[in-house]
Amino acid sequence: MGLLARFAAGDVEAFEALFRQYQCEVYRWIMRIVRDRAAAEDLTIETFWRMYRAHARFDGQKGNCAAWLRRIATNAALDHLRRARREVPLPEDPPDAVKTPAAERSELQQTILSAMNRLSPRLRVAVLLALVEEEPYDSIAQALGISVNAVKVRVFRGVRILRKELSAAGVRP
Amino acid sequence: MNDHEMNEMKKLFKEALSPMRDAELGRDLWPLMLERLAAWPLRMPWWDWVLLAGAGATILFVPGVIPALLYHL
Repeated sequence: MGLLARFAAGDVEAFEALFRQYQCEVYRWIMRIVRDRAAAEDLTIETFWRMYRAHARFDGQKGNCAAWLRRIATNAALDHLRRARREVPLPEDPPDAVKTPAAERSELQQTILSAMNRLSPRLRVAVLLALVEEEPYDSIAQALGISVNAVKVRVFRGVRILRKELSAAGVRP
Repeated sequence: MNDHEMNEMKKLFKEALSPMRDAELGRDLWPLMLERLAAWPLRMPWWDWVLLAGAGATILFVPGVIPALLYHL
């Protein structure tokens, strides 16, 4: 019996083998979405926990474990973003301080992250994955369980909102 | 918003935010996973509770079934 079939039958050793095989990949995927190491570690555990609980629904013969895990990981990350939808604190610089290029980049980064945090999680994930991580649209669609066109719509809507927010904050591309 | 504006926004994001695709996991998470598995409370599915309640009610209201029940056990 193969590893996936053994996992589907509830074999914990098979689960451990899959965990060790995929934990880095799952972690990296979640990092792209949440951009926070501690949260990404917790969500990696949560992803495998959800996978373990759903082992009986996994088809060990036909199933694609990596794609299934990515879908679970995306849902776990989205749940996390919904729970932790909060502002990134802006650095408190004196208004007339001389800004180095590094400080300007950091300020721009905070402004963009702050604007992104105000987006709904589903738009934010689509924008981050498509425009920052340059993930192909079909891969994003598969991870989110929606069509490629729906991904494009989310990216377009997200960018349009961000453009307005950033313009209001004095940032122009 | 046209393609040009979209590309401008993409360029802005890339200037400010680094891609995370190369983020490395610094430690093995399996020990934490084991802790999570060990902490999993033993849960009985709801239909088992229904069956148990049904059996309890039957025994309570129709005690005559107890010998038959014991025979089948």
